[in-house]
Parts: sequence; structure tokens; C-alpha cells
Amino acid sequence: MAHPESDVVIRVRDLVVGFGRTTVLNHLDLDVKRGEILGFVGGSGSGKSVLLRTIIGLLPKREGKIEVFGVDLENANAKELQAVERRWGILFQHGALFSSLTVRQNVQFPMREYLDLSERLLEEVAVAKLEMVGLHADVCEKYPSELSGGMTKRVALARALALDPEIVFLDEPTSGLDPISAGESDHLIKTLQRTLGLTVFMVTHDLDSLHTVCDRIAVLAEGKIIAAGPMSVMLASEHPWLKAYFRGEIARISRN
Amino acid sequence: MYPEWGLNEPLLQSTVEGERLRLAAAGSWTVDHARELEPLVDEAARHPPAIRTVDIDMGQVDKLDTFGAWLLERLRRSLAVEGSEARIVGLPDSYRALLEEVQNANSGRAPPNPGGGGLAGALDLVGRTMAEVGDAFLVILEMFGAVGMSFVRVFTGFGRMRVTSVVHHLDRVCWRAVPIVLLITFLIGCIIAQQGLFHFRRFGADIFVVDMIGILVLREVGVLLVCIMVAGRSGSAYTAELGTMKMREEVDALRTMGFDPIEVLILPRIIAIVIAVPMLTFLGAMAALYGGGLVAWLYGGISPDIFIARLREAISVDHFLVGMIKAPFMALIIGIVACAEGFQVKGSAESLGAQTTTSVVKSIFLVIVLDGLFAMFFAAIGK
Repeated sequence: MAHPESDVVIRVRDLVVGFGRTTVLNHLDLDVKRGEILGFVGGSGSGKSVLLRTIIGLLPKREGKIEVFGVDLENANAKELQAVERRWGILFQHGALFSSLTVRQNVQFPMREYLDLSERLLEEVAVAKLEMVGLHADVCEKYPSELSGGMTKRVALARALALDPEIVFLDEPTSGLDPISAGESDHLIKTLQRTLGLTVFMVTHDLDSLHTVCDRIAVLAEGKIIAAGPMSVMLASEHPWLKAYFRGEIARISRN
Repeated sequence: MYPEWGLNEPLLQSTVEGERLRLAAAGSWTVDHARELEPLVDEAARHPPAIRTVDIDMGQVDKLDTFGAWLLERLRRSLAVEGSEARIVGLPDSYRALLEEVQNANSGRAPPNPGGGGLAGALDLVGRTMAEVGDAFLVILEMFGAVGMSFVRVFTGFGRMRVTSVVHHLDRVCWRAVPIVLLITFLIGCIIAQQGLFHFRRFGADIFVVDMIGILVLREVGVLLVCIMVAGRSGSAYTAELGTMKMREEVDALRTMGFDPIEVLILPRIIAIVIAVPMLTFLGAMAALYGGGLVAWLYGGISPDIFIARLREAISVDHFLVGMIKAPFMALIIGIVACAEGFQVKGSAESLGAQTTTSVVKSIFLVIVLDGLFAMFFAAIGK
């Protein structure tokens, strides 16, 4: 399977997703390139999380094609699918930590399942990952219910990064974090992207993240990508929603 | 891009040049090779004592991730402990930031994995369990008191009776339980009659099967079976609902809005179950008698007329009342235990499961204990 990898790691074509009579995503096309940080924005309820959940296979699609690492997820067999899943990490919006496992066990869980490593290395890598996301080793023995919202996010990020994935999907990684932690989190994502060649698909509303870490921004509205490009393109756009979002009151305050 | 197994290139090769050790790293220092890499790294750290400086050449490494970076850092640290200075050379600039991230990791000591064990651990466990038994009793008493207070408040006009909620729970606990209760008590009635006939026939005492069914069903089996079913069906549901609400802070939300969770959540549930169980007991007893009569007729040849006439002689209203009087008390126990356990749920899914199990086990146990106490009481008053 040593085929040359194209530059596009996630290719979505003509995607239609809906529930009952409503159509959430209507013939949507999207490319995510290797090594970029794609910020994904859109109004509340516009279907950002639906797209994310469809790509990672949690929601069924009506039409269209989704390829990740050049593998068509619909026609992939269980083994190919697992190989793909092994190479991505997902940070859910509310963390989705396993409530009956400690923080340490949560981070070690994917490693134990997929890798056959010594206890010592598992231990050290788990602590290293926790420290990389800005936590202290003291939290290891805590249960998710004992963590604050921000700590939950960080542990979830550490778990998403446990296997050093090539793509991470982040669903609002900085929501609920204080601005300093949010900044650190952005910095971490940027560092990992630079050093590991990580591709990041980030659903976010944080204008600071969009400005500082995102290489490209895609905007979802009315079931389609209405604009995609770097921040400069967003700022130059005359589309009313984009204008309100990137150049509105809030945006001005947060940039000044 | 799958892990390239069978890559023959050694990941780490060492050559000694006098007082210098040269370690040449190559290949992918990534998660997929971490397993082979770890022993190599540990091996490299144990070098001859004459070595003063170590060069780690990372020039040939084509991929590095946090696993590889951590192993490199671990190698550097163990060399430092041995007293030799390690220099990392040839590391591509793009990986430098990653190595810096890892350099601060594992500097403190992580709290050790707690492992119980030994005699002290076992004794500790026994002690804790005994203390928990005591606490569990107090928790039930506390809930009993809280429900009692709330009941008094509602009926003296300080609180509000939530009729809609009571009716809603009555629908779930009583009405929807009717089919399964009827079916199971009917079958048990059939089985008791069949077994009775089978054994009594040898003594020519067929007809006494009617006495047995009547007394057994009305006094004991009807109410016990219904209580066990209600504990399994509705008690567990109460615990799971309240536990989930507690986990998701819904109970706290109620409290901050100025509502008493006992009054809003628990009292309607308990009133519903206390009304439901006697009704289900009555229905269950009737279904069991019906089943018993049917089997007595079809299998034992005791016609319905004879069955009813014999039943009238064998049992009195007292037998019926003894069964019915027990029902609301047992219902109260099931409801109190279920709600108390629900409020004991902590944050995890596992604790929800554990409390639900405890709720069912404890309420069935207490129902049977109460049944025994009632038996002694009724024997004492001669009923």
C-alpha cells in the first residue's frame, strides 16, 4: 500500500446529510490539505458538528463520497477502516472522557488497545502527553468527574493525541477555556502541527484561534461551503455573514 | 502510508571510538516502532564506564513523533545519570520544537499507580466495607426522614403536591406493569397448583391443593412476587433516572431555582409506587388464583365450582388482608431505597450501574426481611 500520498488528506465530494425531512448538508465539497490547520466556522446549527461527525463515520450520509488518506470510507473493509481510525484523533466538544477510568487510564486507553508497549513506556508517554497539554502529573489518578471544564478539554486533547495521529479533529477545542489557556492550547496545536506535520480540522468560534493558528478557514452556511481561504480572504469578503462574523463588533473588540 | 515493517535498517547502532560513544539513529522513530526502539534505547544507556561523551546522531532519522522524541529524551537522561554527557546532533530543525516540548516532561514524579494488596489491604477493605454498610443504613434512614418531612410539608400546605407527576409515575409503575405482573403471577399460580396436585395426590389429598394455593398466594407469594418485580422494573428505573439527573447536575439546577428535589422528584415517585404496589398485588393475587384454579381443573379434575366452594371454606378475609397490608410498606421500602441509591450516584457511568444494582439487591433483601417481621407480627396477634 505504499502509494504516493496526495496532498489532500480529507476529500469530501457532493456530500448530502439530513435527518428526516431536513437537509443539513447540501452537496458539500471540501478538501483538507496535508499539514494545514483548517478552521471551520459557521452559525450555530449550521451543521459544522454534523460534517465532522459524518467524516469520522458517526452519522450516515445520504449521498456523496468521503475519502480520508485516499481511502473511500464507504467501501473500506473493517481492517482498512481501523487503519484509518488509528491515524486520526478526535477531541469531542464535551471531552467524552470515559467516566469510569482515571485520567491516566483514559490517555493510555488507545495506546493499550493498539500498541504493545512496556508499562514503563506507557506510563512515561501518558504523563508526557498530559504535560504537553499543560497539565500536571498530579491529575493522573483523578476521575473525569473531578476535573474542571478546562482540564477535561486538556485531558481529552491528550487522549486524542495519544497515538500521535496524523489528523486531529477538534470540536471547539478552546470553548470553555480562559483566554490564557485558550492561547496555550492554540500554541500547542501549532507546535504539534509544525513538528509532527499534523493536519488539524478545527471547528471553532474563537476568533483568536482563527487569526493565530489557522492556515485556512472554511465557512459553512446553508449546507455548503460558502468561502474557503486564508484570513485575508475572509476579511476582504463582502458576503454579509462573513462581514458580520469577521469584521463585526465582537471581532473588532477582540482584535484591538 | 502504513507502517513499513521489515525495514532492515537498525534503528540505533552504537560504535565506540576511545572515550566517545557514537550512537547512530535511523529510520522512523515513531509510535509504530516504539516497541523495538525501547530495548535498543535502554541497551544503549548501559555503556562501558570509560565513556565520557556520547554523540547521538539523529541525521538519518526520517520521522520522529512524541514516542520517538520521548525515548530520545529518556536516553539522554539515563546517560546523564551515568555521568556522561550526551550531545544530540544532526536533528532536523523541524523536530527541535518537539524535543523541547518533551524535555520538560516527566520531570516530577507521577503519583504511583495505587495497588492494594497484602494483609493490610485486605483488612482495609473489610473495614471500609463494614463502614459502608453502616453508612448505607444511615443513607436510607436519612431519605426516609426527608421524604417524611416533605410529605408533612405538602399536606400542611407548605409544599405543593405535584399531581401530574404522580399520575405520570403511576402510569409507568402501575398501568404499564399490569401485563407482565398478570402473566408472571398467573404462571406461578399454575406451577404451584401443578406441583401441589402432583405431590398431594399420593396421599389422596388433592382437594387440599386449593387451601395451599389460596393461603400461599394471598398471604405471601402474591405480594412478594409483585414486590420483586416492581423492585426490578421500577426501582431500578428510579435509581437510574435520579442518578443520571444527579450526574448531569439537573438536581443542583433544581435546588438553585429554589425547589426542593425531594418534593419535586422523589415524593411523587414514592407516592406513585405506594399506590401502585397494592393494586398490582391485588391483580397479581387474582391472576395467580385464576391460574391455580385452571390447572386444578384441567390437570387435577377439580371443577371450578368445587374449587370456589373449597376456597371459600379454606380462606378468610384475614388471609387476603394480611397480604394487602404488607404491600404499601414494602412499596415504601422499594421507593426509599431506589431514590436514596439514585442520589448516591457519583460522576461515572460505572457508579450509576453499581448503584442501580445495589438498589435492586437491597430493596429485594429488605422486602424479604420485612416480610419475615410481618410473619412474626401476625403470628403474635393470631392472624
